[in-house]
Amino acid sequence: MNGASHLLSYLANYFPVLVFIGVAFAFGAGTLVISHFLQPKLPDPEKLSAYECGSEPFSDARMPFPVRYYIIAMLFVIFDIEILFLYPWAIAFDKIGVIGMVEMLIFIALFVVGYVYAWKKGALEWD
Amino acid sequence: MDMLVFAGASVAKIAVVMVTVLITVAILTLAERKVLSWMQDRMGPMEVGPYGILQPIADGIKLFFKEDIIPAGANWVLFSLAPIISLIPAFIGFAVVPYGPNIEYELYGVTIKPFIISDINIGILYVLAFASIGAYGVILGGWASNNKYSLLGGLRAAAQVISYELNVGLAIIGVLILAGSLSLVTIAEKQAGGFWHWNLIGGLQIIGFVVYVISSVAETNRLPFDLPEADSELVAGWMTEYSGMRFAFFFMAEYANMILVSCIASVLFLGGYHAPYPGTLLPGILGYFEGVAWFTVKVYFFLFLFFWIRATLPRLRYDQLMRFGWKVMLPLALANIVITAIVVYVLR
Repeated sequence: MNGASHLLSYLANYFPVLVFIGVAFAFGAGTLVISHFLQPKLPDPEKLSAYECGSEPFSDARMPFPVRYYIIAMLFVIFDIEILFLYPWAIAFDKIGVIGMVEMLIFIALFVVGYVYAWKKGALEWD
Repeated sequence: MDMLVFAGASVAKIAVVMVTVLITVAILTLAERKVLSWMQDRMGPMEVGPYGILQPIADGIKLFFKEDIIPAGANWVLFSLAPIISLIPAFIGFAVVPYGPNIEYELYGVTIKPFIISDINIGILYVLAFASIGAYGVILGGWASNNKYSLLGGLRAAAQVISYELNVGLAIIGVLILAGSLSLVTIAEKQAGGFWHWNLIGGLQIIGFVVYVISSVAETNRLPFDLPEADSELVAGWMTEYSGMRFAFFFMAEYANMILVSCIASVLFLGGYHAPYPGTLLPGILGYFEGVAWFTVKVYFFLFLFFWIRATLPRLRYDQLMRFGWKVMLPLALANIVITAIVVYVLR
């Protein structure tokens, strides 16, 4: 098998995935469009106002929110990247022997140091 | 010609899976109400059809013909886009799940795998990647609604989903060490030969399994982790301003996600399409469908578990939820990786 046909058979694996994405999008868009033509359209200022338990909405809803969410997002990015390094190691576990094993234990130890630091700093508290 | 046969077979399989998922979503909406009712000594829906079995159809038709309200202050583009961004990732994860044995079948000279849509070698990464995109739909919908409840619900949902996604990602690494592959087909194949070969029992992935199941419940925003749409404090969370078909999309995405995480849990921990005994009882082609039946049983077991947990446990507080995710689940999942790695290394 030459390089080009090898690449082609590799890409053929992804073709059904691509079709699936297309079908899912078509289902979503199609349902919305058909429903759009079948439903009543009776706009009313009261109906279109934001829901706030019956009272008049008294300010714009896009207000500042706690910085906690930002810290969680940052921690997620850092930890998720560290987790991604664990995946290739787990796949190649049988092939890399004791060196890979020890190296990864050191990596996880570093991960734990960062985790304990975030814990002690109170980044994981929510109050 | 070969390409046409291949494409045609792919489209046919995709159509079957899409229809199955949609029908399962419909069944689940009724099953959830019925199971909860029976657990609370009630009858549940009884009006539409015998024992209320036509209720999902009535609900679907109602949502289809209902007015789609876009609030005056909302961002029109994002408000319309958010439900689709939620729905598509919930569906396309099903592209890599093995529904039955990895058999090959010749059709006009082209090799077709009838029970597998696509065996890409990054299967589980693909599922995790698209599961993350689903969170965008929620937070965009919450922000675009220009409603205080929606914004709070969207923010909570995003923080919760990313926190528990870490735990899902860590919990499955033990399985990856055992299987040596990211392909869901390979992972399922390695668990052949009876329930003592399943990763849960033979691979001793009990901690990984527990962390995965709990984190999946949190990731799909189901009770007791349904803080993003906590009815008693946030009306309906990020869905407050949604109505009609757009609301139905969020609803379908939630149930499709439940089915998807159940499928993944079955493949990763309970042997996928493998029966609890070695081989199959039925001969030939029937044996393949026996595998599909076992897969269905396992998936429905997890779906029942979702309802059972909902009926049993009260809702957590948000600080409890985050503390549980970061301070209990994460260390457990990390410990599972280290223990699995050492045990597997020593035994091999």
